[in-house]
Amino acid sequence: MTDTPMLRRADAQTHSVDRRAFVKLGVAGGAAALVAACGWDGGRLLRPGLLDVSRVNDWVGEKILFSPTRLARTYSAAERSAMLPSYFISTTVPMLEDPGAWRLRVEGLVAQPLELSLDDLMRLPRVSYTVKHHCVEGWSAIASWHGVPVSAIVERCRPLKAARYISFASFDADYSNGWDMASAMHPQTILAYGMNDQRLPAAHGAPLRLYSPTKLGYKLTKYLVSMTFTDTRPGGYWEDQGYPWFGGI
Amino acid sequence: MTEPRPFVRRHHWIVRLTHWATVVVLAGMIASGLQIYEAYARFGNRGGPYFVSPFDDAQFPHWSRLGGWLAGALNWHFALAWPLTAFGLLYLGYLVRSGEWRALLFRPRDVRGALEMTKYYLHLRREHPPQGKHNPLQKLAYTGVIVLGGLAVLTGFAVYKPTQLAWLTALLGGFQAARYWHFWIVWAFVGFTITHVILVFAVDPASLRAMLTGWYRGRFPSHD
Repeated sequence: MTDTPMLRRADAQTHSVDRRAFVKLGVAGGAAALVAACGWDGGRLLRPGLLDVSRVNDWVGEKILFSPTRLARTYSAAERSAMLPSYFISTTVPMLEDPGAWRLRVEGLVAQPLELSLDDLMRLPRVSYTVKHHCVEGWSAIASWHGVPVSAIVERCRPLKAARYISFASFDADYSNGWDMASAMHPQTILAYGMNDQRLPAAHGAPLRLYSPTKLGYKLTKYLVSMTFTDTRPGGYWEDQGYPWFGGI
Repeated sequence: MTEPRPFVRRHHWIVRLTHWATVVVLAGMIASGLQIYEAYARFGNRGGPYFVSPFDDAQFPHWSRLGGWLAGALNWHFALAWPLTAFGLLYLGYLVRSGEWRALLFRPRDVRGALEMTKYYLHLRREHPPQGKHNPLQKLAYTGVIVLGGLAVLTGFAVYKPTQLAWLTALLGGFQAARYWHFWIVWAFVGFTITHVILVFAVDPASLRAMLTGWYRGRFPSHD
């Protein structure tokens, strides 16, 4: 109530009616918008629009800000974080019943479909680096990874001209991610079978996971079973729920 | 009561539009930002060390957040970043083109006047120091909030693309440092806004009308 006299004084000094009307209109409009919007992902009215803008931002991220050659900063092994959280969407750690029978299927729009065992993958060129992991939640942690570059797989499966995307699928329930070809071909994008100089732990996606310091963590499919080359943009577990599709950093 | 003063033109429509649009857009940016913050309510790599912050593990009240969950908040935040930047550039472009930046930019020669204004507000000086469109303390505040807006955008980009814009992220002290400054800029905006609104009503209520309609009939000059 203390501001009432102040408002009256203001009214005395200026033309009260229209100013007051303006203020009321502004305050009411703003308040209504805020009340409607609080804890609100846009609702039926705005959510599609927000997702459209998110696609525009994906385009900017992919076509303007992403460099196919710029390498992410690397760190020394001594700079590794004390911990790197892990998660999976299944209720328990996804494990293979028969790890020896596991194969990575490379299929879709390719001239040469492949079925690669872990030993096959380990015989291919190997990349290792220590980089900072960025989670969409805002946390980060430094860890080392080693594995085979996705570009080495592409060289061997020879995608058809029409192939513009890759869908990475997992055995962690229905978790998957869709990738643009340029990000997949980045020299630091790898299929990692090792972490911090050890075999990839089960909690982090054993036997094989996608890794790249150019993407947020949710784009890095763990527990890989297949990579499928497509001409249409594949969805993904979080992407289909509204997270940015490109997820590049 | 003194003689009624004539109305004078004080704010161009671009200034009024960008002012009020920024109020709405910035409110949305802050609200969605607080929702995003909830997902990892501290600053520093996992396992530490962490930056000192009184908001560690803080949950902001439901009414202050926008987006419902992280993905919704991110989509709001990245969508509203466009109009925030566009209105900011439109405003800056207008200031430069019109020459009105001269009445607004705080320069070294304003230091003395700022001290005099401070004395006046502290009742250490009886008469109001002479001023142009804005007094030196206003210039300091308005120049500061424009710089703050620029820093909000830069720290935002540093958090958004720490690999592609690694030079910017490194310049700001790294990814977690950029998050930290991005977050503190919010409280500087909030502090500015509270002070600004109090001063409008306490010192120059006629300026509210001027910011709405463009016309001013208050006690201060409208030009330098």
